[in-house]
Amino acid sequence: MSEYIILSIFLFLGAFIAAAATVTGLLLGYRTKNTKNKMAPYECGMETIGNARIQFKVGYYLFALLFLVFDIEALFLFPVMMYFKQIVTGQAGLSPAIVIIDLAIFMAILVSGLAYAWKKGILKWE
Amino acid sequence: MFVPSVTNPIGDFVRDMVPRITEFLPASFQSDTLNSVVAFLVNALICIIAVCAVNIGSAPILIYMERKVCAHVQCRLGPMRLGWHGTLQTIADVIKMLFKEVYAPSGADKLMFYLAPLIVLIAPFIVCALIPFSRDLVVADVSMGIPLIIAVNGFGVLGILLGGWSSNNKYSLLGALRSGAQMISYEISFAMILLFVVMISGSTNLMSITLGQEGTIFDWWIFKIPVLGFIAFILFFISSTAEMNRAPFDIAEAEQELTGGYHTEYNGTPFAMFYLAEYIALITNSALATTCFLGGFLPPCIGIGFVDNYLNMVPGVVWFFAKVYFMIWCYMMVRWTFVRPRVDQLMDFEWKFLLPVNLVLLVAGAAYITIGG
Repeated sequence: MSEYIILSIFLFLGAFIAAAATVTGLLLGYRTKNTKNKMAPYECGMETIGNARIQFKVGYYLFALLFLVFDIEALFLFPVMMYFKQIVTGQAGLSPAIVIIDLAIFMAILVSGLAYAWKKGILKWE
Repeated sequence: MFVPSVTNPIGDFVRDMVPRITEFLPASFQSDTLNSVVAFLVNALICIIAVCAVNIGSAPILIYMERKVCAHVQCRLGPMRLGWHGTLQTIADVIKMLFKEVYAPSGADKLMFYLAPLIVLIAPFIVCALIPFSRDLVVADVSMGIPLIIAVNGFGVLGILLGGWSSNNKYSLLGALRSGAQMISYEISFAMILLFVVMISGSTNLMSITLGQEGTIFDWWIFKIPVLGFIAFILFFISSTAEMNRAPFDIAEAEQELTGGYHTEYNGTPFAMFYLAEYIALITNSALATTCFLGGFLPPCIGIGFVDNYLNMVPGVVWFFAKVYFMIWCYMMVRWTFVRPRVDQLMDFEWKFLLPVNLVLLVAGAAYITIGG
C-alpha cells in the first residue's frame, strides 16, 4: 500500500516539474509584442489557411478499437501466464490439459478476430 | 491509524535514525506514529531526490552522447567548442531554452496546450520509480509491476494527442494522430513481449524477475530459453523503439513531411519538457530491457570461480547502469543506421508481422515450458 503512495507522489512530481519549468519559462522568457503574424500557427511560412480542427481519417479510430481488443486480451492473459509454470507442473491444483485447451480457445478467438480485421481491409493504410 | 513504510535497507537506516533524533524533542511530541510518519517522509524525499537526479541528470548526458554518436557515425566531430570536447554544450542549450519566449499560437486551446507536457512527463517518472536499480534499491516494489508499466506507458500517448490537437496547427494534428496510432499499435507487441517474460519468469514483480536470472550469464532470460529468448529480446527492442517514437520509427516527427510533428508549435521550456520526456523514456525502456532480458543488476558471471569473485565485488548499480548505457548506445546506433519506413509500411509491419510473430512466440514459449519443464 505504501508503495502506491510513493508512486502517487511520483505522479505529482512529474507534473510538478513540467509545471515549474513552464512557469519558469513564462517568467524568464524573452517577450515580444503579440502581432497577428507571430501568433499565427506555422504553415510552411505561408499565411495560415483555415482552422486545424478538421475531420480526419476514420482509420485512426479503427486502429484504436483494435488496440483496445488486443491490449485487454494481454491484460486478461497476465494472471494465467503468471501461474503458467505452476499450472503445467500441477502445483496449482488445476488440470494442465483443461487450462491449455481453454487458453487455446481464447487465443483462437483472438486470432480469428485479427484475421477478420485483416480480411476486411482495416489493416490496410491508404 | 495507517502508517506507510518503506521496506529497503535505506528505509531501515532512516527508521533507526529518526527515533534517535526525535529524542531531543519535548516528551509531549514523542510518539511511534510521529516517528514512522517522519521516517516515511524522509524516505520518500530520498527516493524523489535520487530518481530526479538519475532522470534529469541523465538527460543532458544522453543528449551529449547522442550528438557524439551521431557525429562519429557520420564521420564528424560533433560539438567541440564549449568546454572539453563540447561537454558544456548541452548546459548552454538548457540555459538558452530557459530564456526563450513561451506562448500559445492564436486559436490554441490554452489549458490543453500547457497541460500536455505535464501529462507526457508523468509516465516516464512513474516507470522509473518501479525499476530495481540494485538488490536493495527500488523505490516502489509493487507486485503488479509489469501491468502497471503497460498501463502507465499508454498514458503518455494522451499527452501527445492533447499537445498535437490543442496547438491548432495542421502539422501538429497530423503528427499527433500518426504518433498516437503508431504508439498504440506497437504497445500491443510491447505488452505481448512482457507477457512472454512474465510467463517464463512466473512473476509480474520486477525484482523477482531480476532475481530469477541469478547465476551465470546463461541464466539471463535472453540466453536461458534457447533462441526464443533472443527473438523476444529483438522484438522488444523493435517495439520499444517504436514506443519511444525514435528513428527509424519517428514518422510523427519526420521533418521533411511534418516539420516537428506534435510539438511544432511548442517553444521554450514546454518544448524542453517533451524533449526531456523522450530521453527519460529512453532510460526507462533501456532499464526495462535490462531488467527483463539482461539480468538487471546481476553481474555477468561466466561460471569460473575466481573471475566471478571479481565480478561480484562490483556493486549492482554499476552493472545496472553499464547495461543500461549499452542498451542506450544500441538504440542510438539503430537510430543513425536505418532509414525511415513509410507510415503504411510501419503499420503493416506491426499488424501483419510483429503481432502474428508475437502470438507464435507466446505459443512456442508455452510449449517449451510444458515440454522442457
